[in-house]
Amino acid sequence: MFVRCPVQNMIELRHMSKTFRTAGGTVEALKDISLTVNDGDIYGIIGMSGAGKSTLVRCINMLERPTAGEVLIDGKDIGTLSKAELRKVRRSVTMIFQNFNLLMQKNCLRNICFPLELAGVKKAEARKRATELLEIVGLPDKAEAYPAQLSGGQQQRIAIARAIATQPEVLLCDEATSALDPKTTHDILELLRDINKRLGITIIIITHQMSVVEEICNRVAILDEGSVAEEGEVSAVFAEPHSDAAKRLVFPDGSEEAVPGNPGERVLRVVFNGAMAAGAPLITQMAIDEKIAANILYASTRCLGDKVYGNMLLGLPDEEEIVGRAVRYLNGMENIIITEVKGNV
Amino acid sequence: MFSKMFSAEAIREALTILKDEMPFALWETTYVTVLATAFAIVLGLPLGVLLVAGEKDGVLPLPKGVMYVLNVIINLLRSIPFLILMILVFPLTKLLVGTRVGTTASIVPLVIAAFPFVARLVESSLRELNPNIIEMAQSMGASPLQIIVKVMIPESIPSLISNMTIAITTVLGYTAMSGIIGGGGLGKIAINYGYYRYKYLVMLIAVIILIVLVQVFQSIGTALAVKSDRRMKKGK
Repeated sequence: MFVRCPVQNMIELRHMSKTFRTAGGTVEALKDISLTVNDGDIYGIIGMSGAGKSTLVRCINMLERPTAGEVLIDGKDIGTLSKAELRKVRRSVTMIFQNFNLLMQKNCLRNICFPLELAGVKKAEARKRATELLEIVGLPDKAEAYPAQLSGGQQQRIAIARAIATQPEVLLCDEATSALDPKTTHDILELLRDINKRLGITIIIITHQMSVVEEICNRVAILDEGSVAEEGEVSAVFAEPHSDAAKRLVFPDGSEEAVPGNPGERVLRVVFNGAMAAGAPLITQMAIDEKIAANILYASTRCLGDKVYGNMLLGLPDEEEIVGRAVRYLNGMENIIITEVKGNV
Repeated sequence: MFSKMFSAEAIREALTILKDEMPFALWETTYVTVLATAFAIVLGLPLGVLLVAGEKDGVLPLPKGVMYVLNVIINLLRSIPFLILMILVFPLTKLLVGTRVGTTASIVPLVIAAFPFVARLVESSLRELNPNIIEMAQSMGASPLQIIVKVMIPESIPSLISNMTIAITTVLGYTAMSGIIGGGGLGKIAINYGYYRYKYLVMLIAVIILIVLVQVFQSIGTALAVKSDRRMKKGK
């Protein structure tokens, strides 16, 4: 259904800066941002409020014009495009929002038809496609319902259906789950993951919630005061955050630094990335199966449904054989990432 | 004045006038009001859209000078008292209708008086719209015209209906004044019988009918606005 040439670098930001002129002087919202998002990525951009996330995502589709630097989509510098060409690009780089931004006076079907109408698709064809999309987002019975009749999660599903109606290559999510409760957030993220996999749409997620990045992103950039503080594979950034901004996000309460590495102990970080927790107390099980007594130094995990997200620090006796066995044992579990923490975390 | 107002003779006379002239006067008033409002909307709606869309941060930014002239014209027309405006536009009325007086002729000054008012009402309706919705449309590649036609106006329909109801009741009030230049309707009856011939009861009845008419327009407008609004409906 979605045929396109595989492109290595879907989106490339090169030395992008954005300065706002206000009455009180100039504000540097973004400073020399360089990022590469690959085709098929679910790329997280995370930062505290005021870090410049929303400005950054709006520069990708030129809702905000960068003051300097380039935005390349499929290798094309979109800053140089005419208004009409830019509008065409925007059909393949669509967006969902924190507050859904549905047309309140139109029913769900017509909301989903909206971008198709803009693109000049015939009405009957648009309706047919919109009906399919309602199926994809799991709300086939809501065609005639108006947004005000739906819950937040349902509204975001309709917004997602609308955003993928024009068969985009990239979906930008601007705090798309910030207005939702944890369970609904999880469901929406599942849907995004599904869309990424099934339809091959590259997704860029702007969020201030580390849990969102943990749950579905493969790569992450940490934005701090308008600059990229750290960038890389999610598991790597989680396992060993280098920058202060990253440490603040990974360990929001700072409790990790408070954990003293007990002398003579080696420390393993266990990252739970949606592991099945139902009926399997992992650490106890390891003690029974492998006869390894692990000391839990730090744990910050959450259960969503029957899955666990978060991370844990385990203290183990300083013996190569025991540590090796523990790593092998834990690596055998699905959706768990193990790294050894060396030196000061 | 009041003692004679409800004398048997006065009541008999009023009833005769009511029977002979009121139905037609009511029709004239309704027709002039509806037609004048319709024309005023035709002129005022695009202007109201331009007032919002043409701003510096609007979807279709217009040169500063154009916006300035637009605002001055609207404010100017809105400052002229209707009674004087009716006389000022005589040449235009003559040009458009062929005569300066009469019921149809009164539509011209009514439209001139109402369209700047309608433009301001449309402006205020469109400003109520959440700017994020417009950003959404832009992010989907909508052109300025598409944003106006497919987003700004349809999303503002309930508010537009409410505000156009205000416009129509205001025009209805103005039609009463057009009796001065020979415009027909309830205003003419009130002035001719009540003011010129001291038949206060007839005037009172004409005013009561005007009040009822305002109520009818307002109720229909409010009902339509509520019915058209999809934001409040819950359940089902």
